[in-house]
Amino acid sequence: MNTITLISAWIIPSMVMIVLITATVKKLPTYELFVEGGKEGVKTAISLLPFLLGMIVSIAIFRSSGALDAFITLLEPVLSFLGIPSEIAPLAFTRPISGTAALAITAELIKIYGPDSFIGRLASTMQGSTDTTFYIITVYFGAVGIHKMGDALKVGLIADFIGIITSIIVVSIVFSQ
Amino acid sequence: MVNYIWAGMSIIGIIYAMINGTMDQVNEAIFSSASEAVTLSIGLISVLVFWLGLMRIAEKAGILSKLSAFFKPLVTRLFPDIPKDHPAMGYILSNFIANLFGLGNAATPMGIKAMKEMKLLSNSDKASRSMITFLVINTSSLTLIPTTVIAIRMQYQSAAPTEIVGTTIIATLITTSFAIIIDRLFYLKRVSKNKK
Repeated sequence: MNTITLISAWIIPSMVMIVLITATVKKLPTYELFVEGGKEGVKTAISLLPFLLGMIVSIAIFRSSGALDAFITLLEPVLSFLGIPSEIAPLAFTRPISGTAALAITAELIKIYGPDSFIGRLASTMQGSTDTTFYIITVYFGAVGIHKMGDALKVGLIADFIGIITSIIVVSIVFSQ
Repeated sequence: MVNYIWAGMSIIGIIYAMINGTMDQVNEAIFSSASEAVTLSIGLISVLVFWLGLMRIAEKAGILSKLSAFFKPLVTRLFPDIPKDHPAMGYILSNFIANLFGLGNAATPMGIKAMKEMKLLSNSDKASRSMITFLVINTSSLTLIPTTVIAIRMQYQSAAPTEIVGTTIIATLITTSFAIIIDRLFYLKRVSKNKK
């Protein structure tokens, strides 16, 4: 654990240092380049706003109305038939659409069932092994103005589904009592 | 498809709220989430400015091209339609590496740069083959060390907070491999459709 915390704490400052030393040795105008690149960051963040806002509001309506929970309850018999613990269902469905909400659910599951329980380990693995598909697609396509997304969303969501199933199988095998 | 999902989530939510009497919550959620989105976008300015600034230096110092040279054999196979020495390769790699180390904040700006370079290559408002592959690999998550999850587990007194690193890596590997295969299958389907 100590090594991992150490690596995570050191990696960003080390990268900054390596980049700056290399550039300085090559006599590049580091500060001017930084500002030039940074300007692009301001533009990008502002141009992302409408894309993010639209998606986040839509997800919030769906969640706050209770429709998401109803949808999960509806699917519960199918899940239990497949041997998927129903406690994990809210996380499985939230993970692709909202990163912060999924993290909150993971924390909640770990709190209720304990980090070293099956549900706790499963939630931890699921949280780490999939990513927020809607956010990634919104931000990356939004930033460059791609309107026709092709198969990206479809394939992304299929990958999420596989990630959820894989997490359940891997955790069941590795931590079987 | 995104249009249907986007409108669908809102329409279903509002109709559900009508039936279930949760309209107050929906009303509040619309405005609180809108302001949350603004906070998020403004918050992105700090990481985007910092990383894009640093990446510009790294690019001019030749660090990105060295990095891509190292991983070239692997990445050229994944993205066959990007020319080998194109700057997009460097950004794609930096994005992957940042993801591997769980540096989500650093990964996003590099991912955006990668998309911009790929857009210059395709010069259309349609997602190109390499864009879809890139996104799919990203959504399947490339995390090696899920730092946030480990932190939460520590907070709730886990006996072994890092024991899920192994299962996370295995699950990620399997998922990403499947994602790449599915991406290829969808690509082949598109190609055969266009030929007809």
